[in-house]
This record gives sequence, structure tokens and C-alpha cells, in this order.
Amino acid sequence: MNPLTAILEGIGSTLQLLVSAAGYTPTLWRQRARFIEQCYLIGYTTLPIVAILSFFIGSVLALQAGYSMSNFGAKQFIGSLVGLSMARELGPVMAAILLTGRVGSAIAAELASMKVYQEIDALETMNIPPAKVLVLPRLAAVLVMMPVLAIIADLVGWFGGAIVSKYTQSIAIEPEAYFSVLRRFMVFEDVLNGLIKAEVFGFAIVLVCCNIGLNTRGGPREIGAAVTRAVVVSLILILVLDYFVTKALM
Amino acid sequence: MACSPTRNPFTDAETAAVGVSIEGLSKSFGRSEVLKNVTFSVAPGEIFVLMGPSGSGKSVLLKHIVGLEQPSAGRVTVAGRDASAEATRQQVRMALVFQSGALFNSLSVYDNLALYPREHQIADEAAIREKVMRALQILSLEGSAHKAPSELSGGMKKRVAIARGLVMEPQLMLYDEPTSELDPVMAATISEIIATLKDEYRVTSIVVSHDRELALGIADRVGILMGGELVSLGTPADLRTPADPRVAEFLYPKIDLKNPRFKKLET
Ligand SMILES: Nc1ncnc2c1ncn2[C@@H]1O[C@H](COP(=O)(O)OP(=O)(O)OP(=O)(O)O)[C@@H](O)[C@H]1O
Ligand SMILES: [Mg+2]
Repeated sequence: MNPLTAILEGIGSTLQLLVSAAGYTPTLWRQRARFIEQCYLIGYTTLPIVAILSFFIGSVLALQAGYSMSNFGAKQFIGSLVGLSMARELGPVMAAILLTGRVGSAIAAELASMKVYQEIDALETMNIPPAKVLVLPRLAAVLVMMPVLAIIADLVGWFGGAIVSKYTQSIAIEPEAYFSVLRRFMVFEDVLNGLIKAEVFGFAIVLVCCNIGLNTRGGPREIGAAVTRAVVVSLILILVLDYFVTKALM
Repeated sequence: MACSPTRNPFTDAETAAVGVSIEGLSKSFGRSEVLKNVTFSVAPGEIFVLMGPSGSGKSVLLKHIVGLEQPSAGRVTVAGRDASAEATRQQVRMALVFQSGALFNSLSVYDNLALYPREHQIADEAAIREKVMRALQILSLEGSAHKAPSELSGGMKKRVAIARGLVMEPQLMLYDEPTSELDPVMAATISEIIATLKDEYRVTSIVVSHDRELALGIADRVGILMGGELVSLGTPADLRTPADPRVAEFLYPKIDLKNPRFKKLET
């Protein structure tokens, strides 16, 4: 099969999966145990690594901004630079990349192994659609958890920037000044934009990873291949979607 | 096909016994033709045993009956409905005991069995518990209810898979080599279960097996598949003295140490 038809087929099957999973939305309440389990897996386990990474991203942003902005005496604006970059871009993108590595890969591996070891076939003969019990709870959970992850990324990143700004001698900006600038030059929409982005990324990642997992054919070796493909496709998707969502929200 | 009704093994609910009909079924994977124009039908409440050498297409045939594979040519119907249609699965309760078990690895043995009744809200949790424990007991698995599938032996997995099928209270039960990994007593127990499901509950059963005892002991009819073709179809009595030399060789192979088969291949 040539790459173009493979891509089109991938898009087609992903959309099909979305439609059938969405059709089972009314069963979500009955499946709340699965939903909560997925919230835990998606949110809680990704949280520490999101926090650590955002802290350092905020810190580095402040350092770099301090270095370049002090040249033209604008270092008091560091707060707004860190604030805006984290909220509009880096928070959601970092959260999405970590979600891919931590959750997307795990989803692809789990569903691919269920497919290879005929568990998916068993579900189908039991008239229990995989889209209902495996995909829907994950999609619902990521919709709930992704904004939480993005907000935490934002907050921790801002604090990282604030701490670096205070304790770096060449910058030396007090947190009060840092946060007052951050507040002055940011509107709620900046944060909201970021949350919408995070939501779109998270949803797309989980959907794509589910689809790739469920479409695995062959033996154990293909499980590994499915994970690799899921991660690569997700990362590309994040960057492509980032451009279009940013443009759409302007 | 609404003939006389089946009763569910665990309740007294009655449903119509179902028949299976396979007409001119062919299946190819790429260039290899796995099933070639296979035709037979299984009457409601019948026990049909399908035998054949390894790789002859038995598992693929079963997958067509539950709609996991689409025919390349021909038709498979269950209770008069197209087997590959989604709706058939919703209307006819079918259970397939996979050759590999296909247990849900992330669920305990108990939850594997309870999944179907829970998901389809067939009974409340207490009633489900009773059904599950009874099925486990029948297959001597009470002690393993809370084990994970990865903690089980091969034969135990097979038994859990059979128990999971029983809990589904199917109208049509398909077994892919149910006794292949079991000791002789357990294998006899499985044969008894299959026969009981037929006698007491009129469940239609299709059993893929290499187990000659089982085939001759409980089958109403036996089909033999070789190289994707149905080469023999008859009652167990017919099989005691097979006419076809290929069937005779398959069912009663002689171990000839002076003239071993693998050496014949070399010449
Ligand atoms: N998904 C598939 N893709 C390609 N070939 C397949 C596929 N499934 C089965 N086959 C081929 O079909 C043939 C029949 O396979 P099948 O599993 O039905 O054999 P079987 O009769 O069940 O054998 P056994 O007794 O060893 O289980 C084999 O040659 C196998 O290689
Ligand atoms: Mg087989």
C-alpha cells in the first residue's frame, strides 16, 4: 500500500472509531468505574512528570528572557513573557508530549496486545464493542484530565520562572513584581486558548493511539511497532494541530 | 429457525435453538486458499464435531461462524441470519472458546467470567456471583477465582475459557480444541459438559477437536476438514470404519517404527 492511501485509511478508521465511540456516550454513567480508573491513569500518573518538566521550562524561559531582555533594559517584563509562553504554548504542548510518552504509548501497547492475543476478538463475539468499553472511557477521561494537567503546567511553570527571577543575580526581580507584570499583560483568554489547545491535543492523541492499537495485525513484534507508530503519529499530530488551533483561535 | 426452544443452563429462560448453515464457503488470505467451497449445516441442538489435521482451516471456519472473518465466497448463516452482520451477534447469543483461551489478561478469573453478564445487565451482582461460582465449580476452578490469567497453567486457562462461555448461557457454543491441553479426566468432564448442554438445554454445539474419544462419544455428526475441504461428513458410527483412506490414516494412524513417515518424505 502506498503511503498516501495508508494515511487516508488511517484518518478514515480514526474518524470511524470516534463516531462509534461517541455513539456509546449514554453508557458512560454505567461505565463510571472504568472512567475513573482511566482518569487516574491519565491524570494522576502523568501529573508529577508534567510538574517537574514545567518547573524547569518556566525556569529556563526566565533565564533566557533575563539574559536577552536585560540588554535593552526590559527585564521587568519577564513575568509576562514567561506567563504568556507557558499559558499559550508551552504548557499545553509539553503536557501533550508527556501525555503521548506516558499515556499514548501505554494505550497503544495495551490495545495492540489485546488485539494480538485475541482479547478484542473475544470482546466482539461477546457483543461488547471495544469502542464502548475500551475507547469511550479513555476519551472521556482525557477530556476531563487534560485541562487539569495544562493548568498545573502553567502554574508550576510560572512559579519556576518566579523563583529563577528572584534568585538569579543578573535578574533579581521580586515575585511581587514578576506576578504583577504577569497579571497586567495577560488576559483570561490567553489561559483559555491554552486549555482549548490542550483539550484538542489530548483528545487527538488518545483517539489516534486507541485506533493504532486496535488495528494491529500480526504477532508480538507488531505490538512494539504499534507503540512506535502511535508515538510518532501523536508527536507529528501535536505540532500540526498546534499550528491550526493557534491560527483558528487568533 | 424457531424449532424447539433451548433453556439456559443457569436460568429457566427459554430461547429458540439455533442452527448454523454454511454454503459454499471459501476463504483466502492473500494468495493462500484456506477454505475451499465448504458446505454443511448444523441442526438446532446438534453436537457437530469438526476434525482435521493441523492447519486445515478449522479455526478459520469457526471465526466465520461468529463473524470475526468475512467469507471470500459463499455464505454462513446462524439462525437464518448472515453471520457477518453485526445484528446477528446482538440477536443470537454465541460463545466461542478460543484455541488460545483469549482471556482478558487485565481481569481476574472471576471478572473474566462476570464481564458478559455485567455488561449486558443480565442479572444483579448476587445472581452473577452465583452463576460464576457455579461455572467455576463445574470446571474445578473454585480456588482460582481471584487469580490473574497469567498465574494459570495452560489447561487452567482453557477451562476458564470454557467456564466463561458457559456463563454466557449461549444458544450456540463453539469450542476450538477444548480438550487439547487437559488430562484425561478433565477431558472426559468437558465431553460430559458438552453432552449435558445438548440434552438438558438444547444448546447447539460445534466442537473442533483432535480428541477421537470425544468425537465418537458425544458427536451427533462428525465432519473432517483436510486442506480446506470437507472430505467426510457422517455419524460417529461411519467413522469407525472409514471408507476414505485419507480419513482412515488421519483417525487411526499406525506408528510404524520400521518405516517412519518422515523418512517417506525424504524419498
Ligand atoms: N489471519 C490469517 N492470515 C493469514 N493466514 C491465516 C490467517 N489465519 C489462518 N491462516 C492460515 O490458514 C490456515 C488454517 O489455519 P487454522 O488456524 O484454521 O488451522 P487449524 O485447522 O485450526 O489448525 P490447528 O489444528 O493447528 O489449530 C493455516 O495455513 C494458516 O496459516
Ligand atoms: Mg486451530
